[in-house]
Amino acid sequence: MASVAAVPELAPVGNVGRIFVKETKYEFVKLMRTRSFSASVIGFPVMFYLLFGVANKHAYSDNVHIAKYMLGGYAVFGLVGAALFGIGVGLAMERASGWLEVKRASPMPPQAYLAAKCASAVAFGLIIVSILTTLGIALGGVSLSLREFAMMLGLTVVGAIAFASMGLLLALVIPANAAPGIVNLIYLPMSFLSGLWVPIYMLPKWLQAVAPVLPTYHLVQLMLSVFGYQQRSVSLLSHWVGLGGFTMLTLGASWLIFNRSQQNA
Amino acid sequence: MTSVQVRELQAAAVIGDGIAGLSGVTKRYGAVRALDGLSLTLRRGEVLALLGPNGAGKSTAIRCLLGLIAPTSGTVRVFGQDPREPAARARIGAMLQVARIPEVLKVREHLDLFRSYYPSPLPMAEIVRIAKLEGIEGKEFGKLSGGQKQRVLFGLAIAGDPDLIFLDEPTVGMDIEARRGLWEQIRVLAERGKTVLLTTHYLEEADALAHRVVVIDKGKVISEGTPAEIKSQAAGTTGRRIRCHTRLSDEFLWALETVSAVARQGSVVTVTATAAEAVLREMLLADGTVANLEVTSPALEDAFLELTKGKG
Repeated sequence: MASVAAVPELAPVGNVGRIFVKETKYEFVKLMRTRSFSASVIGFPVMFYLLFGVANKHAYSDNVHIAKYMLGGYAVFGLVGAALFGIGVGLAMERASGWLEVKRASPMPPQAYLAAKCASAVAFGLIIVSILTTLGIALGGVSLSLREFAMMLGLTVVGAIAFASMGLLLALVIPANAAPGIVNLIYLPMSFLSGLWVPIYMLPKWLQAVAPVLPTYHLVQLMLSVFGYQQRSVSLLSHWVGLGGFTMLTLGASWLIFNRSQQNA
Repeated sequence: MTSVQVRELQAAAVIGDGIAGLSGVTKRYGAVRALDGLSLTLRRGEVLALLGPNGAGKSTAIRCLLGLIAPTSGTVRVFGQDPREPAARARIGAMLQVARIPEVLKVREHLDLFRSYYPSPLPMAEIVRIAKLEGIEGKEFGKLSGGQKQRVLFGLAIAGDPDLIFLDEPTVGMDIEARRGLWEQIRVLAERGKTVLLTTHYLEEADALAHRVVVIDKGKVISEGTPAEIKSQAAGTTGRRIRCHTRLSDEFLWALETVSAVARQGSVVTVTATAAEAVLREMLLADGTVANLEVTSPALEDAFLELTKGKG
């Protein structure tokens, strides 16, 4: 045993804080430069909000300013898209191409990789929500207090983390070549059924009944509560429980699936 | 002693003075044994070439040594520890076969990120020089040629100044000049005391670089030695080739001891025999006109084909 080369006395890996910063920086730069990603995850919510939100500049329904209501809906639509495509599709592709394996063979802490993906999803969410809010104020006649805007950004961070965990689960279970299609098949109907595109109370009653099982419904209700526009019949606590429970569930499932795949590897 | 301790001691005995190795490693995927009791030792400062036909288990062996997959049974040791330990990984660099790496990041950015993973990386300028990346540091990865991409992956493998470097088919897609350039760098690494494990399809590459060649097939070692030893092992079964102009008849040549083949191309005869010296002596005695004489050992390629023939 003595013949085995001794391990020199140094830190096992590079400075962990610096790894997290660089990993996050380059993940963000990569997503920004990948036009197919950045143009669509920012462009779609902006386009939809201009068409369905800003266009309703003068529309009110029971003291609800539709342009402001839709700001909440498209904010959630945008941040969820950034998390699901950035992580769900991005990670699935990097896993399939062998790039993740190259990184795993290096001393990079795996947490840095996941944290960078999550932080980038948060950053994109904040950018999208800020752009939508600016458009709403400038073109949609939306009046928003600074406190409301700050609360929206706070919920954006919470929501991005919750849907980052869903992205992680998707990346682990769906094949990379089908990832964009499958993510869209989940993302678009889920957005519609949760009232992100059309106010939930305008949907047929039987469709409204589906909403409580969808995490996007809970997030958008929390977002709308910033403006006092949430459904009065449901308590805010139940939305926090719904969103939190969903996050725990997806993280737990991801952990189980990841461990099982490690054992079978 | 517990069974774990016994296994550790066995591993230490097999891996011996090596810095890394596999000891009796079996890796099963369902009914398929990708590795079948494979033992392999890597010594300090050597270039070891792992050869084998497709599906022989080369990549599986590398992935076990990197701790990317766990063996079904057997022990993997790298610098005396489990390869999944961060302290072990900090001393390893790997160039794996990868279909796609983030294409919109620039060469310099990829290197900067990988350097940050290691406690004492090579300076950026040094990596650029060694991997011959001058002039393309500012280019996005996706805009590079195949050979340039391979050089970037090589750069990532050496970024942390690792003591042990795994190169899985490193020169795929490179032209001859670039390939020879990389060979030179691999030799320099070995001279600096680094250990290199190389898999390759270019047998010429193993011949030019490796101190030791391990031929595996169906997850087992079927031959091991210096390139010259591997060639002579194959020569032991197929023989060396004698080429010359001669007036001797095929019947006469076939009758000589150990001759296994006689072929004619115009007036040139090629005789294959394991006891080449004895055959040559007889030929020279019988025919005073023998001319343009040439005796060759089989190339590593022939040796390799011979060793894996009928076993694949």
